[in-house]
Amino acid sequence: MPPLLKVENLRIELTTRDGVAPVIDDLSLELNAGDTLSFVGESGCGKSMTALGIMGLLPEKVGRIASGTIMFNGEDLAKASDVRLREIRGNDISMIFQEPMTSLNPVFTIGEQIAEVLRRHQNLGKNAAWNKAIELLDAVRIPNPKARVSYYPHQMSGGQRQRVMIAIALACEPKILIADEPTTALDVTVQAQIFDLLRGLGRETGTATILITHDMGSVAEMAERMIVMYAGRKAEDGPVEQIIKRPRHPYTKGLISCVPHLMATLTDDRPELTEIGGIVPSLREFGHDTCLFASRCDLADDKCRSKRPPELHFNGEQSSACWHAKEL
Amino acid sequence: MANDKSLLKVDNLTVRFPVKHGGLFSQKSYLYAVDDISFEIKRGETLAIVGESGSGKTTAALAVARLVAAQEGKVDLAGHNFFELEGEDLRKARAKVQFIFQDPYASLNPRLRAEAIVREPLDSLDAGPPSKRQGKINALFKAVGLRSEQQRLFPHQFSGGQRQRIGIARALATQPELIICDEPVSALDVAVQAQILNLLCKLQKDFSLTYLFISHDLGVVQHMCDSVAVMYMGKIVEQADRKSLFNNPQHPYTQALLSAVPSVDRKRREETTRILIPGDPPDPINPPKGCRFANRCPVVEPRCRESQPALKAIAKNHMVACHRVRK
Repeated sequence: MPPLLKVENLRIELTTRDGVAPVIDDLSLELNAGDTLSFVGESGCGKSMTALGIMGLLPEKVGRIASGTIMFNGEDLAKASDVRLREIRGNDISMIFQEPMTSLNPVFTIGEQIAEVLRRHQNLGKNAAWNKAIELLDAVRIPNPKARVSYYPHQMSGGQRQRVMIAIALACEPKILIADEPTTALDVTVQAQIFDLLRGLGRETGTATILITHDMGSVAEMAERMIVMYAGRKAEDGPVEQIIKRPRHPYTKGLISCVPHLMATLTDDRPELTEIGGIVPSLREFGHDTCLFASRCDLADDKCRSKRPPELHFNGEQSSACWHAKEL
Repeated sequence: MANDKSLLKVDNLTVRFPVKHGGLFSQKSYLYAVDDISFEIKRGETLAIVGESGSGKTTAALAVARLVAAQEGKVDLAGHNFFELEGEDLRKARAKVQFIFQDPYASLNPRLRAEAIVREPLDSLDAGPPSKRQGKINALFKAVGLRSEQQRLFPHQFSGGQRQRIGIARALATQPELIICDEPVSALDVAVQAQILNLLCKLQKDFSLTYLFISHDLGVVQHMCDSVAVMYMGKIVEQADRKSLFNNPQHPYTQALLSAVPSVDRKRREETTRILIPGDPPDPINPPKGCRFANRCPVVEPRCRESQPALKAIAKNHMVACHRVRK
């Protein structure tokens, strides 16, 4: 069976004042039904751009898919028309955005906003859509859904609004759900509830999930596979457990150890956090034929600064784009 | 009992905001953002206040620095009652308490050069003779890891992490004893967070600073603090030293909070059972009569809805406000 989503050699270019920059540079990935895949990296590394590229939501006139294919159900989304993409969006592939505070329309009730998706994509009647909206609110565990369905977004808390967003995203039982930092604006206890919800729904409906995040903890908790992105390129790719146990790219290693994690048993000693010095390079440097991480890497040598590293494979499933991957 | 080692002692701090609703003659109601909390920080140590958004942690910190008015309570800073100071004395005392803000994008004046931002507190609080100020600014830039030629730049020319460094240099300028860090890293990228946290640790050692550290990120808190106070709806529900709180949390809310943190440590993930606390906190304008956590508590008892539990010591350096917890 072919994979549900197969991205090959995707290159997305943004036109900036300084010229054209490849924000996604030669990205390939596969996603099967029921998979959970996570994109990890700092801001400005191209995680969200990948998602927007798949959804056909790249900023108009600024961003474009320069080359590569996005095969979904035997159809190349990179070449699909706007009309076709509109049919797919919110129906077969849907997305949960980062900001639950701003991604709902403040002048419509949440019921109307959920029903809109159903009426548009599934041609449900007004009443049928409204009743389905109530069911969906119940599915995302909003208490008293019959009354809440006619609430406006401002009457709900952040966690509830994010749940409404999830209800909208799941309304048409999509095959792929893209969650772009779905919990960054939320408290940890609410985050745990949202994660539980996403996991449960994935199990029930077989929806494949793409989780975009910068938090390794969430990745470990939620995903089976991860792709670490750096400066528009894939730095490392593989099963989560395997990568956390033995990262083969210095950037992945840095991302795991730069965050203070809660320990099973806490002792008095406090190890200093590993720093990744410097910041993500500017768009101007994207696409150069070097390792873009070299300026922040302790292992960097002349080779790293003069040639882009190829992807090396380890134990079949793990791959890393680093000249020193074998030594790590 | 303020012993000579304690730098800051806060007693019965209460901050309430009037809420308008109803008609002209209706009763005024108040939102208790911070409700009768007390804590103490020893010189050179770090106390972290954790809690969800809306729990009152930032308001408490602002009240300690007299940036919002407290209705009741006493703040004792290095032996002086900070709340009773007025005029010139207050201005002088303010030099001893400085703030590092959450958002380095919003907390720096975009029209001032970096050196002017760091110089401002020196000028307005008359810290040291004017002739020595430039030398001091140079030293501060060096201490926070910025190059001296960067002094002439404007905030927009810096990255987020560098801006936070400017904010830290500004806070250090008046040689404060207490620095209140209000979520100093939550607006920064993960890789940059480590740089700032390591810098804060280093500065604490070098300048023997005392931190009041506000954060909702328990991993960061565990790394930074010596003791922790957990707040829920304006009340401290548990307060303990670092090891007791993280290894032996007693309050059901603290337990739920800790269990909710996702972890890369497989051992921890397998050991912790997630305690879900459904629902939302109750309406802060009309808090329930009993324990404020009762409606979400997984182990609630009838008496929890009747009376509010007091914060009681259950061990040395460990206090909990819960009816179910005994010594």
